[in-house]
Amino acid sequence: MFRKKKNKFFEILIEWMLRLSGSATTIIILLISIFLFTEGWGLFKSSTVEKGYVLCINKENKIKNLTPEQIKEIFDGNITSWKEVGGDDIPIEPMRMDEVIGMFSEEEIGSDFEHLPERLSDVTAEHKGILGFFPEQFIDIKFKGKVLPAETISPKDYFGGKEWFPTATPAAQFGILPLLLGTLWVSLGAILLALPFGLAVAIYLAELANPTVRKILKPVIELLAGIPSVVYGFFGLIVIVPMIRNVFNLPVGETALAGSIVLAIMALPTIITVAEDSMRNTPLAMKESSLALGATHWQTIYHVIIPYASSGIMAAVVLGIGRAIGETMAVLMVTGNAAVIPHTFTEPVRTIPATIAAELGEASVGSVQYQALFMLGAILFILTLIISIWAEVIRKEPHAE
Amino acid sequence: MKSNNIHKKVSQNVMFWIFRIMSFSVVAILFWIIGFIVYRGIGVINWEFLTAAPEEGMTKGGIFPAIVGTFYLVIGSMLVAFPIGVMSGIYMNEYATNKHIVRVIRIMTNNLGGIPSIVFGLFGMSLFVNKLGFGDSILAGSLTLGLLALPLIIRITEEALKAIPDSYRHGSLALGATKLQTIGRVVLPAAFPNIMTGLILSIGRVSGETAPILFTAAAYFLPKLPSSIYDQVMALPYHLYVIATSGTDLEATRPMAYGTALVLIVIVLIMNLLANYLRKKFTK
Amino acid sequence: MKLEAKNVNFFYGDFHALKDINMKIESNTVTAFIGPSGCGKSTFLRLFNRMNDLIADTHLDGECMLGDTNIYDKSISVDELRKTVGMVFQKPNPFPKSIFENVAYGLRINGERSKSVIEDTVETSLRQAALWEEVKDKLKKSAYALSGGQQQRLCIARALAVNPSVILMDEPASALDPISTSKIEELIFELKNHYTVVIVTHNMQQAARVSDKTGFFMLGELIEYDDTKKIFLNPEKEQTQNYITGRFG
Repeated sequence: MFRKKKNKFFEILIEWMLRLSGSATTIIILLISIFLFTEGWGLFKSSTVEKGYVLCINKENKIKNLTPEQIKEIFDGNITSWKEVGGDDIPIEPMRMDEVIGMFSEEEIGSDFEHLPERLSDVTAEHKGILGFFPEQFIDIKFKGKVLPAETISPKDYFGGKEWFPTATPAAQFGILPLLLGTLWVSLGAILLALPFGLAVAIYLAELANPTVRKILKPVIELLAGIPSVVYGFFGLIVIVPMIRNVFNLPVGETALAGSIVLAIMALPTIITVAEDSMRNTPLAMKESSLALGATHWQTIYHVIIPYASSGIMAAVVLGIGRAIGETMAVLMVTGNAAVIPHTFTEPVRTIPATIAAELGEASVGSVQYQALFMLGAILFILTLIISIWAEVIRKEPHAE
Repeated sequence: MKSNNIHKKVSQNVMFWIFRIMSFSVVAILFWIIGFIVYRGIGVINWEFLTAAPEEGMTKGGIFPAIVGTFYLVIGSMLVAFPIGVMSGIYMNEYATNKHIVRVIRIMTNNLGGIPSIVFGLFGMSLFVNKLGFGDSILAGSLTLGLLALPLIIRITEEALKAIPDSYRHGSLALGATKLQTIGRVVLPAAFPNIMTGLILSIGRVSGETAPILFTAAAYFLPKLPSSIYDQVMALPYHLYVIATSGTDLEATRPMAYGTALVLIVIVLIMNLLANYLRKKFTK
Repeated sequence: MKLEAKNVNFFYGDFHALKDINMKIESNTVTAFIGPSGCGKSTFLRLFNRMNDLIADTHLDGECMLGDTNIYDKSISVDELRKTVGMVFQKPNPFPKSIFENVAYGLRINGERSKSVIEDTVETSLRQAALWEEVKDKLKKSAYALSGGQQQRLCIARALAVNPSVILMDEPASALDPISTSKIEELIFELKNHYTVVIVTHNMQQAARVSDKTGFFMLGELIEYDDTKKIFLNPEKEQTQNYITGRFG
């Protein structure tokens, strides 16, 4: 009696499918981190100097290596003496292959560039202050200069570099500082704008609005969350950007401020919903005892409800920042995308997600730029992961006092 | 004493009016955005706009290929996300007995929901486009969008299942129904309307996403409609981005952009209204 | 079919909920479990269709026998067991389906396809549950259109439709009005001709009215188990006496 039926195969199969689906999100997060890091990690194995080229100096020069930033500064003419990079007090003569070719006649180079290695060698030997940027294929064993050993891009160049210029030669610049600061700048601006409004709406919804108004307002706020980010970007581009240009009398309206305003509107629903939920969770007994002591409704809100909901409000702020940091399209469309370290809100800035969106299409798969962009994705991934977990922890924290 | 009371009342009134004004300015902002786009876009919408391909450098014609592309991407992504999401929700609410496992899954689901859409785009490009060799295609774009929609569907399924009272389950189990029969015949049918609102809301969300399809599916302009899942497609949100920012003659493409934005907003509006309607209809 | 508990101990985590219980329940009788709330009577009832399995972190020592079978044996299929041991819950819990589909549910999950068999069984079960006359014209209507008492009889009909031999009732009338309660009580009296009925109740008059035997539980122990008449008129244990008089007086 009641023996198990043998044919439970179907149920077991379904149960396994459910279990597998249950682990789907965990697997996806693992996969995302694996893929972002494996694609991005190659960056730190790539040469600082453009592929296929080498940097050459005179034999007597004692310089051992140059950072990507120094290389760029030298070729931009901002560093002029070897002394500034730790060498002798000799002026630097940056030289590209074209310039060397220009010094000689066609016969001296050879119609097939067959004499070019010899010429490069001579030039390097003659000029004491030379920093040559030559194709590797024209450097032969008889080369009389010194080839700087290939350096790989270091995490320090990446995380501490002040310049993002992936297409610069001889050394592409992958300093993410301007992007990181741009992202934080725009996001913090957005939160500063959104927080007062978000709190006001949350208090209004949780404490003041009558049920009918609430019933209307809630879907309206949901709708605000549902509008696609390109539409926000488009609206920002058409309405907010010109407005900023006129109000501040700027040459361009695409600024950090425009990004912050658009992001503030987009972060509002998150802030409102989370803050309102936590205010509604205030136990009725706490509210009533405050009112019974003769406190006004506002005093009760200020002294009882807001402190009680403070962890939820903090979580709302953190989640809002998370949303703002990761937002791509709207920001891409309104911030002007200049990769410079921001100083004021009325300058163009560029954020990490906007950089990925703008540049990945042009970077060839597996190139240094591609890797640098994936590394940016990995940073963004970690940032938002930290923020999600942070918000989770804040929300779970028991109330003090 | 009395003056103190008056003072309290006044400051309360002042604060409350500030909250009311700020709240309604938020609503005003929403109506401003929607109103602006409707006002500028409504004149553009006509039969031709909805059924013709773009012409003359996106300054004339319509957005039909983009509508079709978005339609395919939405269908594809839901085929990926809906079954997995619903099954995952069922697993968490009905099967997983270990509290810690449920907590881990929930944290992971929240985390996945917090990951920026551009990161999904990177991941999709790396895995689906390059490693699996799907190329820029409907397939790769749908998979990427599907992953993005997953957390929303899981969360709503879980909530819908939680709302089903245990008495239904016990009633069924006590009749000798297996767990699977109980879920399939009692729990899911009862939770179905709420799960559907999740599906509808994620359709709204997915149809407006741009960043995930930038590098996995979307094309600037295609003269032909896609013929297989390995084809690239045009898509409404990407189309709006392109014509708003990088047309050759921005002024001439503006009307097209307003029209596209309006179509996007209408889709989202319809999806939200539908979800609200379903929710109301079945909670009674 | 007769039920038997042998040295049953039951734990919720560390909490010792049932202590060393031995009991024999004869077939075709009505047995009532009474006792103060939290005494373990419902927990004990739920052992016989293994509904306690649904609660995490519980465990059982001892044996629960149905006929000659230990229902906690590893080879037992819980689903099959529950088809033989039906249950009616404290609050009516019809499914969000039509009246007809509620009763037909048990048949459908058992793979019954024949329309005529299902229709016949639904009618018989509803008649047995004394509900047929009231609902025969609105079988397609939602079960939620019925009153609480009707819903509870519908749940009984639903349980009968799978042809069980034992019916467990966990305070089946506690959420109902007096008229509905008396209908359920009449029904229980009828049911014992075909089934073994075990009912948990906190209403002692109800126990006295419907049951042949009564078990009195307190703090997880079975204090006294005997003929209902004897328990109510002449209990052996002082605790039983106190409980019964405390309630009646």
